Amino acid sequence: MTSDLYSWGRYPKHAQTATPCSWRSELQGVLTSLRDTYEETLPYGNGRSYGDSCLATSDQVIQTRLMDRFIKADWQTGRIIVEAGVTLAQILDIAIPNGWFLPVTPGTQFVTVGGAIANDVHGKNHHRRGTFGNHVTRFGLLRSDKGALVCSSYENPKLYSATIGGLGLTGIITWGEINLISINSSAIDSTKVRFSNLKEFFLLSEELDHQHEYSVAWIDCLAKGSNVGRGVFIAGDHAPYGELTLTKKSKLNVPFAPFISPITPHTLKCFNNMYWHAQPAERTRKNVHYEPFFYPLDGILNWNRIYGSKGFQQFQCVIPDTHAEATVHELLSAIAKAGQGSFLAVLKRCGEMPSPGMLSFPMPGTSLALDFSQHAGLESGLFRRLDTIVAESGGRLYPAKDAHMSGEHFRSFYPAWEKVEALRDPALKSRFWKRVTS
Amino acid sequence: MKRILIIGATSAIAAACARLWAKDGAEFFLVGRNTEKLEQVSNDLKVHGATAVSSYRLDATDIAAHSVMMKNCLTTLKQIDIALIAHGTLPDQKACENDVNLALQELSNNAISVIALLTLLGNQFEIQRHGSLAVISSVAGDRGRPSNYLYGTAKAAVSTFCEGLRARLFKVGVSVTTIKPGFVQTPMTKGLNLPPLLIAQPEKVALSIVKAVQNKTNTLYTPTFWALIMLIIKLLPNFIFKRINL
Repeated sequence: MTSDLYSWGRYPKHAQTATPCSWRSELQGVLTSLRDTYEETLPYGNGRSYGDSCLATSDQVIQTRLMDRFIKADWQTGRIIVEAGVTLAQILDIAIPNGWFLPVTPGTQFVTVGGAIANDVHGKNHHRRGTFGNHVTRFGLLRSDKGALVCSSYENPKLYSATIGGLGLTGIITWGEINLISINSSAIDSTKVRFSNLKEFFLLSEELDHQHEYSVAWIDCLAKGSNVGRGVFIAGDHAPYGELTLTKKSKLNVPFAPFISPITPHTLKCFNNMYWHAQPAERTRKNVHYEPFFYPLDGILNWNRIYGSKGFQQFQCVIPDTHAEATVHELLSAIAKAGQGSFLAVLKRCGEMPSPGMLSFPMPGTSLALDFSQHAGLESGLFRRLDTIVAESGGRLYPAKDAHMSGEHFRSFYPAWEKVEALRDPALKSRFWKRVTS
Repeated sequence: MKRILIIGATSAIAAACARLWAKDGAEFFLVGRNTEKLEQVSNDLKVHGATAVSSYRLDATDIAAHSVMMKNCLTTLKQIDIALIAHGTLPDQKACENDVNLALQELSNNAISVIALLTLLGNQFEIQRHGSLAVISSVAGDRGRPSNYLYGTAKAAVSTFCEGLRARLFKVGVSVTTIKPGFVQTPMTKGLNLPPLLIAQPEKVALSIVKAVQNKTNTLYTPTFWALIMLIIKLLPNFIFKRINL
């Protein structure tokens, strides 16, 4: 309506004017009219992409969030068909009481299905189930030049692969068919233990990953010296016994972006230190509800505003297994030395399952993700060093989180980009794509 | 299990209410102009838990077709536990000032068709001596403001009609709830320049409507702060009111 849209990181700050579309039958008209007026546009779901991949070159986006109806659900097989604007939270609300759960979920349930496909998101079970795209058997795609198409591994297979992780450039995803996984309880049987350095993390990961559906680690990104890479390892499985209940939804809100961010290196260091010491030194097993387990930050609405009016950037990379420990150590040392970073820094081992998507981010290796408040010199200083370390290790950065990677790096990280460019809908282009391909 | 008739079932507020009722396994008779959209809403409600969903194409301004729709509805549902009237348009005030026919058409969309339907429904509920009627009016009906007094006129007519009908049906145990939403983010308000802080999501508005129907509330302002805003606007004396552009 009236308020402009931004990306989740609120950086770069290009206000997007939204044309909302509530009905699949009206999408073609909206797309054609925006193309005729502005040449290029872009689908925008629920605005959870961090950088500029959800910002249109023309700053005119088609908001698909209101196109959020369920089309079909088979509770015998767990196969659902939903419109692209349906959020993962909406799916869980309906699926859990029926004994089903998302096969793969990222760290927020507020992404749309269209966004989850377009960014080929992954979660704490990547080592077992791969990416979201691995569980999307078919989807509808609307193109300005070809009209409405159905894509799967056997219908329009090239567009199917190009669209999974295709950053919304190959057409507007209108609906998706997803295979859910069955659960007996909405609780998560979790195991938590803190570790004192990176070596311990890799030992824990080696031992526990294959035993558990989910695994992830929180890292104290400011720890230095022998403490580099200390953190908390969290593994979990869907509890075999229990009730199928939804979490009650009372949430805190950050109503506006403070002019000066409360997140400073000093407050962060104190906080990280306290948090780490508060975690169990022995392995502690506990049944927890799925919401705090998967979506700790969803409990605070608009948490992105906490970084102040300048916004923030998330840095997420994946480092191939062969170099993982040494490279992650190098990255964390550089971050701790710079004294920057965020409370939420996440380390996760990715598995071997290939995604059908051409531009999918994960690879067998270790992924590191953390936020940085935006400031002058972030890109020319710390990020430049980190990018070089990532590139030299043969790893790559995640477009969904990115607002800074160089075109040169992107094109070497994702050699399939030219294939996606060839299949791109000429009416769709993001600021990200323009930045990294030209 | 509740048997629910919704007129204007593809409207964002109505569809959001229906989703909440569907969770409790309601049976629906959905009425709207566009069969394709009705089918999409109907599939959505089935997944949300509706026991059964029928849909029926009707242009609410086609008054002559109302009674056939009612017959069909009663054949399907047997009785109506809740009827929600949610159809409507948002007139272009300036255009209505320059085109009498358009102004009358908008009155027909937002008032005449509603009054016609409420007349039939009122009689049905009187026979049933059971049920809840809910009608989406608007805060716009509380005072004739220069920016949208045609819409306000239509909604004032609806609100007043509901008030009378409520007093009539109260005696037979039937409730009539007048719903007065403020600004809601829906396709109807798309493109309007509204203050972001005052815009509510249809899901939130729907929650309060479902609760108000359950509680047999007379008049619901939703979100509730609109009761205060409208109280102030209603209290403004005319010598001030006519000088400002609300």
